[in-house]
Amino acid sequence: MRTDELVAMLGTNVERVDRRQVKRTIGVAIALAIVAALGSSVFVLGIRTGLNNIGALTFLVLKVAFSTGVVALTSMYLIRVARPGGERRTPVVLLVLPFVAIMILAAIDLAFAPSSHWNKMVVGDQWVECLLSIPIIAIVPFAAIVWAVRQMAPTDLVRAGALAGLVAGGVSAAGYALHCTDDSLPFVALWYGGTIALCTLVGAMLGPRLLRW
Amino acid sequence: MASNEAALRALMIAGLDGDSAAHRTLLDRLSGQLRAYYKARLARIGRSASEAEDLVQEALIAIHIQRHTYEPTELLTPWVYAIARYKLIDHLRRTRVSLAEVPLGDAEEIMAQDDHIATESAYDLDRLLSKLPEKMRRAIQYVKLDGLNVVETARRCGMSESAVKVSVHRGLKALAGIIAREKGK
Repeated sequence: MRTDELVAMLGTNVERVDRRQVKRTIGVAIALAIVAALGSSVFVLGIRTGLNNIGALTFLVLKVAFSTGVVALTSMYLIRVARPGGERRTPVVLLVLPFVAIMILAAIDLAFAPSSHWNKMVVGDQWVECLLSIPIIAIVPFAAIVWAVRQMAPTDLVRAGALAGLVAGGVSAAGYALHCTDDSLPFVALWYGGTIALCTLVGAMLGPRLLRW
Repeated sequence: MASNEAALRALMIAGLDGDSAAHRTLLDRLSGQLRAYYKARLARIGRSASEAEDLVQEALIAIHIQRHTYEPTELLTPWVYAIARYKLIDHLRRTRVSLAEVPLGDAEEIMAQDDHIATESAYDLDRLLSKLPEKMRRAIQYVKLDGLNVVETARRCGMSESAVKVSVHRGLKALAGIIAREKGK
């Protein structure tokens, strides 16, 4: 085939492109991800008890705020990074900010608590459940986000995969927060932060396989 | 350089709004630049000009089917370069060449040179089209090769207009997929 023949073919009856298509696709994927994570938490794990207590409610809000903060910030970057060449001039280091913030809060909290409480504050009651639940709940959200990112033709598959994993982990953590009864800042910093980071790592590893186009 | 970027970007944006002539001019001008880029890369590992032409065509198809991912407020050159480079890396992987042997160049380079000495690629469009599902093949034949409009094609194929548009788009994506899969063999 001659290249001018190809150009003639591609340049015949060119359709108008919907400019909002990319944002809409990623929006649909994140909405699906949120529904999946909420569904897992509400229907499989069950909503936590003790929500008539102001302390428990505060922690629920804090966990959801941390997780959705991660999701909101990462989504903004993902929309850039998932496009061809989007990895240029996109300073993803800012994405560690929510993690740094929660770790500082956790450190302050520990500093003001007697050392005999530290073990309980860090390890909590259900750390194993948290460690398993957040990555498992993240699977369906991750699949939805990968579906969207593939349509955006990423050229840095490791980075795009990592951000897809980070969004999925954040959405999953927000869902898990509805079930989780470990109410301490160090617990959230370590187990929420750690499992979301794990999802990011898995996303980076799977990116080159799943995101090829 | 800067005026080249501005001119190509204007063509791209007009193409996104459905201007066929602008889109065709854009692809034509990019093909010269892509050819210079790929020939320079492949010459270092002793590959032929026809292999460079294969890549030019793959990159053009990719630029066409992925054009919805171009953000009009940003520069066009880095977007084109990212696709060109991605297709080169993918090609080298599929044909099992070590990436270390081929310097990938940078975004400025791709706009710096032009090469209009085209050869034929190894791809046979008729053979590739014959591998597509009937619906996609007919949609591409009528709309993209015979130049019939979507309304007329929809009537002839007994499909809705939006189904014709979708079939054309999916068909071109499927062609790119067939080309990529055949390489590894």
